[in-house]
Parts: sequence; C-alpha cells; structure tokens
Amino acid sequence: MSEVFTKSMARNIYYGGSVFFILLFLALTFDTMGTLPKQDNRAAITPQVALGKKVWEENDCIGCHTLLGEGAYFAPELGNVYKRFGNSTEAIKAFIKSRPVNGVPGRRSMPQFNLSDEELEALAQFLKYSSEINTQNWPPNIQG
Amino acid sequence: MKYSSQAVAKLYFMAAIGLFVGQILFGLVLGLQYVIGDFLFPAIPFNVARMVHTNLLIVWLLFGFMGAAYYLVPEEAERELYSPKLAVALFWIFLVAGALTILGYLLVPYAGLAQMTGNDLLPTMGREFLEQPTITKIGIVIVALGFLFNVGMTILTGRKTVITMVLLTGLTGLAVLFLFSFYNPDNLVLDKYYWWWVVHLWVEGVWELILGSILAFVLIKVTGVDREVIEKWLYVIIAMTLITGIIGTGHHYFWIGTPGYWQWLGSVFSALEPIPFFMMTVFAFNMVNKRRLNHPNKAAVLWAEGTAVMAFLGAGVWGFMHTLAPVNYYTHGTQITAAHGHMAFYGAYVMIVLTIISYAWPIMRGEKAANKRAQVVEMWAFWLMTVSMVFITLFLTGAGVLQTWLQRYTDTPLPFMEVQAKIAPFYWMREVAGLVFMIGLALYVYSFFAKGESSGDATPV
Ligand code: HEC
Ligand code: HEM
Ligand code: HEM
Ligand SMILES: [Fe+2]
Repeated sequence: MSEVFTKSMARNIYYGGSVFFILLFLALTFDTMGTLPKQDNRAAITPQVALGKKVWEENDCIGCHTLLGEGAYFAPELGNVYKRFGNSTEAIKAFIKSRPVNGVPGRRSMPQFNLSDEELEALAQFLKYSSEINTQNWPPNIQG
Repeated sequence: MKYSSQAVAKLYFMAAIGLFVGQILFGLVLGLQYVIGDFLFPAIPFNVARMVHTNLLIVWLLFGFMGAAYYLVPEEAERELYSPKLAVALFWIFLVAGALTILGYLLVPYAGLAQMTGNDLLPTMGREFLEQPTITKIGIVIVALGFLFNVGMTILTGRKTVITMVLLTGLTGLAVLFLFSFYNPDNLVLDKYYWWWVVHLWVEGVWELILGSILAFVLIKVTGVDREVIEKWLYVIIAMTLITGIIGTGHHYFWIGTPGYWQWLGSVFSALEPIPFFMMTVFAFNMVNKRRLNHPNKAAVLWAEGTAVMAFLGAGVWGFMHTLAPVNYYTHGTQITAAHGHMAFYGAYVMIVLTIISYAWPIMRGEKAANKRAQVVEMWAFWLMTVSMVFITLFLTGAGVLQTWLQRYTDTPLPFMEVQAKIAPFYWMREVAGLVFMIGLALYVYSFFAKGESSGDATPV
C-alpha cells in the first residue's frame, strides 16, 4: 500500500467503521424487537409451549434435525412438521412415541426418549407454535 | 524463545492437538452414520457424536488461541507473562472441565446430563454448538476472565503493539459475546436472534481479529518485513471485517421469523464479507514476496499462506455461494451449509492455529525450525489434510446441490429421507476423503517426533 495511505488513516477507518456499524446494528436490533410481536407468534407461547421448548432442548433434538433451517442436517426439518403431518399434533406424538429402542436396522434412527404424556403433548404444541411463526414463506414446500 | 514464560504455550498446544485427533475420530463416526444409519445406535446416537465433534473443535481452537496468546504476547510486550502460574492453573481447570463435559455427553443420556447439572435453574443447553451444561459454560467464562486478566496485564504493563491490541480486542470480544449463550428465552425467534450473536459474531467478527493478529505476528517473524507495513494491512483487514461482518449477521435473519428488511441488509453486507478474506490472501503472499530473510521454517510459511488461501475459499467463496437471500431460500440448512462450515472452519481457524504451532513449537524446543525431515513430513500432512478437506467440501457441495434440486427447487419435491438415500454415494466419498484427512493428521502428529538433519539458520534474501 502506498505512502499516501498511512497507518493512522487505516486505524481511523477501523475505529470509526466499527463504532458506526456496531451502533447501526444495535439500532436495527431495537427496530426488530419492536416489529417481532407482529410476526413471531408470541401470543401462542403458553406455559405448555415453553415446557415443550425445554423438552426439545433437553433431548437435543437439534443435534439431528433442523428447526427453521438451523441445526443438524441428518434428519427432516421440523419447523413445518406439524403441517406436513396434516396439522396433527396426534401424528407427531405417535411418531415420537413409536421409535424402536434399538433403532431401525440399516436406517438412520431416532432414539426412543420415553417421554411422559405431558412432555409429549408439550413438545407437539411447541412444534405447532413453531410452524405458525411468520418465516417469509420458508421452507419452499411441505417437504421442508 | 526470548522469555521463559512463553513456554506455557506448549501445554496448550499439546492439548489442542490431542483434542483435534478426537474431533476427527468423531467426524469419521458421523460420516459413517450418514450412510450406515444405525451404526453405533443406540450407544452413540448421531446427535451425541455430533456434539462431541463440534464441541471438541471449539474447545481445541480455544486452546490454540490461548496458547498463541501466551506465546506471542510476552514477545510483543517485551516482558515475562504476568502470571505463568495462573496460566498453568487455568490450563488444567479448562482441560478437566472439558474432559468431564465430553465424558458426560458420551456416558449419560443428554436429558440426564441436563438434570444432573441443574439445567432447570438456568436452562441454556440443547442449542447447536452451545450444548454444554450451564456449569460448564460458567466454567468457560471463569477461565476466559482469568486468561484475559493474565494476558491483559502483560500487554498493558509492557510494550503495546498493534498486534497485541488487536488480539486483546478479539479475545475480549470472544468472551463478552459468549455471555449471550446464557440468554435463552422461551420465544424461539428471540432465542435464535441472539444465538447468532455468539456464533456469527464469533466466526465472522471477533475471531477474525484473532486470526489477523496471529497471522500478522507470524508473517513479521518469518519474512522480516517492516512492522509498520504489516500493521497497516492488519488495520485495513479488520476494519473491513467489522464493517461488513456486523450487519452481515443479517444473512441468518432471512427465515427465522425476523422482519423482511434483513433479506436486503443481510444479502448486501454479507456479500461484502469475502473482501477482508481476499485482502488477507493478498497480504500474506505480498509479505512473503517482499521478504527480507529466508526463514528456515518453510513449513510455517506454507501454513501461513495456506491459511490465507483456504480461509478465502471456505469463508469467502463458499460463503458467498449461499449468502444472497434468493439463493439461501433454497439452500438454507442443506449440505451446502455443511460444506461451507467445514472448509471455512478448517481454512480459517484450524489452519491459523496450526500455523502458530508450526512456528512456535521448534523455538520452544530450542531450535529455530524443525529438522529437515520433520518439515517434509509436516508439509505432507499439510497437503493431505488440505486437499482432503477440499474434497470433503466438494462432495458435500455435490450432495447439497442435488438435495436442493430434488427436495426444494422443484414442483415435485421428494421427502427428506428419500433424497438422502439418493445422494448416499456422495456421503461415501466424503467418508473416504475423511479417512485421508485422518492419515494426514496422523502424519502431522508424527512430524513432532521425526528426527533428521538440522535446517540451519535464517539467511538474508
Ligand atoms: C439421533 C438423531 C435424532 C434425534 C436426537 C432426534 N431425531 Fe427425530 N428423527 C430422526 C430421524 C433419522 C428421523 C427420520 C426417521 C425415518 O424417517 O425413519 C426423524 C424423524 C422425526 C420426525 C418425523 C419427521 C418427518 O417429517 O417424517 C419427528 C416429528 C421427529 N423426528 C421429532 C423429534 C423430536 C421432537 C426430537 C427430540 C425429542 C427428535 N426428533 C430427536 C433422528 C433424530
Ligand atoms: C478439521 C476438520 C473438520 C472441521 C473443522 C469440522 C467442522 C465441523 C463443523 C463446524 C460442523 C457443524 C457444521 C454445520 O452446522 O454446518 C461439523 C459437522 C459435521 N462434521 Fe465435521 N469437521 C471436520 C472434519 C470432519 C471429518 C473428517 C468428517 C467425516 C468424514 C466430518 C463429518 C461431519 C459430519 C457428518 C457433521 C454433521 C453434519 C450434520 O449436521 O448433518 N467432519 N463439522
Ligand atoms: C471463517 C469464517 C466463517 C466460518 C468459520 C463460517 C462457518 C459457518 C458455519 C459453521 C455455518 C453453519 C451454522 C449452523 O450450523 O447453522 C455457517 C453458516 C453460514 N455462513 Fe458461514 N462461516 C464463515 C464465514 C462466512 C462468510 C464470509 C459468509 C458470506 C460471504 C458466510 C455465509 C454463511 C451463510 C449464508 C450461512 C447460513 C447457511 C444456511 O442458511 O444454512 N459465512 N457458516
Ligand atoms: Fe454468518
């Protein structure tokens, strides 16, 4: 780099640029926090849904599945599984409940988590809530 | 070695390499589970192997960063480390806490681990990369604070250089942003929004400062180029990192329930994120071309140049490929993401840690550079690991393109599991490339023990 462009100019761009963009990011975050109530389906977060999220986390479902496209890529997307299963929480519960303890021979397998009825219902309600978040029309189709 | 306290870095580097080996072994298990679905089931389910793989990666990179700081800070600050004893104590605390956590993942069902460690009190577990029990997270914060205190006191009471100030900024940012891992609201959208403040603002923000400063340090040492020139480059690179990378966080806010304007902001700013990586490549090659001395450590020079190139390919090129919202709409959460994640992590952060180890290790042993044969072995390891990572990336990209095509970008989408069966050949090839990676890594470990003829001293150009 030439002599015209000095080290102190470079340093000023670093300081000025960082501060400006940190502040801009905070301002955008502030605006996003104001907009979210309209689209993040928070009205649906009942204590049951909150419990469902905890069951989701404590069994590390994200370690095999994606949820709204984030997570692991080993097993189907679950952000829209409620819709894929015909808007049925019963079907979701039945699927989770019916996983064989020793897996399905030769096939990618999902563990049997031995959840209580309360936990199962909460998990299914959590997945229903997730499917009703406004995600700008993602995923492109029902297969997720 | 100028200061005897720099030697604590040895412990950190040894642990880093040991955990690296563990990480890759679990990578191979994961790769096999992709094609033999019930491999090791139910003893080690995929999610458990995955958290071991990714957490080992993060922990060994942190060991690497800390070792790098303990090595280069005294030399830059021109004084002994503030407290070598604290550095050793924190090393053992971190290693034991890390080992217990990994054993916990492997020996106890995850829900049981959550219960045992009191996840109820402050639920933070069960989110990707942040699977650690809350007490482990608290332990990480304590180790990070002790480390920052030690390094900070050394820097602030010694000679302050651009390199150490940038490094300290990066390390402080790393610790501060990690605090967002304790925020886990019931609202999934909020949870995801702030989760990225740890993950994205780490790898595309503060970690790049750490990367830049380590690279600058090694380049000064192996090329003898004037510090002023190198520091100017460093400032420009990290300026571009933060100018593009902070708002670039928006490329994760397209489809998670956040407002639509992020599609514009995230696309535009993240499309500029390759710039600092490109500058890093130009920087590294320029400095080597303008070198004032021929350093006998050829392997370290190779690692430094390799880092610059592979970081640009993995983060810059493979990142750009899927970062525009209309593309990401179809590729979000597919094997394309995995392809990019692998090459970017390897190219930027794995390689920079191996660069500083390559440079510093022989010096800590009392030589200027490793013997000739050891360097040849190390360079073979470089090529085997790097080329096989390129192939892992290419195979996953192939898998990802087909997955996107069959499951997303079509009027007749097939179900996930059917698509996975169709693209299995790519996963088999990825596994083979992974085995070659493992061979490269074994050679790398062997290079530390290889004996041979001394490689001499630096000579002027
Ligand atoms: C070890 C990996 C693994 C873990 C952990 C896991 N799953 Fe799965 N899951 C799978 C696999 C593999 C399938 C596909 C099974 C098949 O089609 O045979 C699946 C399928 C599903 C399906 C049906 C999806 C569909 O579209 O057909 C639901 C619902 C589901 N899982 C829910 C969960 C929940 C909830 C959790 C956490 C409590 C969880 N899974 C944890 C591997 C896992
Ligand atoms: C230094 C080398 C490696 C690095 C830096 C690395 C890094 C990573 C990262 C960052 C993830 C999370 C990916 C994401 O969420 O997109 C991951 C997952 C994974 N890695 Fe690696 N990895 C390495 C080597 C390997 C090897 C050699 C294999 C197998 C042959 C492997 C197999 C996997 C698999 C199967 C996953 C899970 C992908 C999924 O979620 O479905 N990795 N790795
Ligand atoms: C060294 C720097 C980088 C590293 C280590 C890195 C690593 C990763 C990882 C591991 C993921 C997967 C996260 C998850 O599991 O959900 C990811 C996602 C992503 N990265 Fe990077 N990345 C880097 C730089 C970049 C850059 C420079 C760009 C853009 C030009 C980029 C664009 C993206 C995008 C768009 C996603 C989301 C993929 C999706 O929608 O599924 N990354 N990155
Ligand atoms: Fe990102």
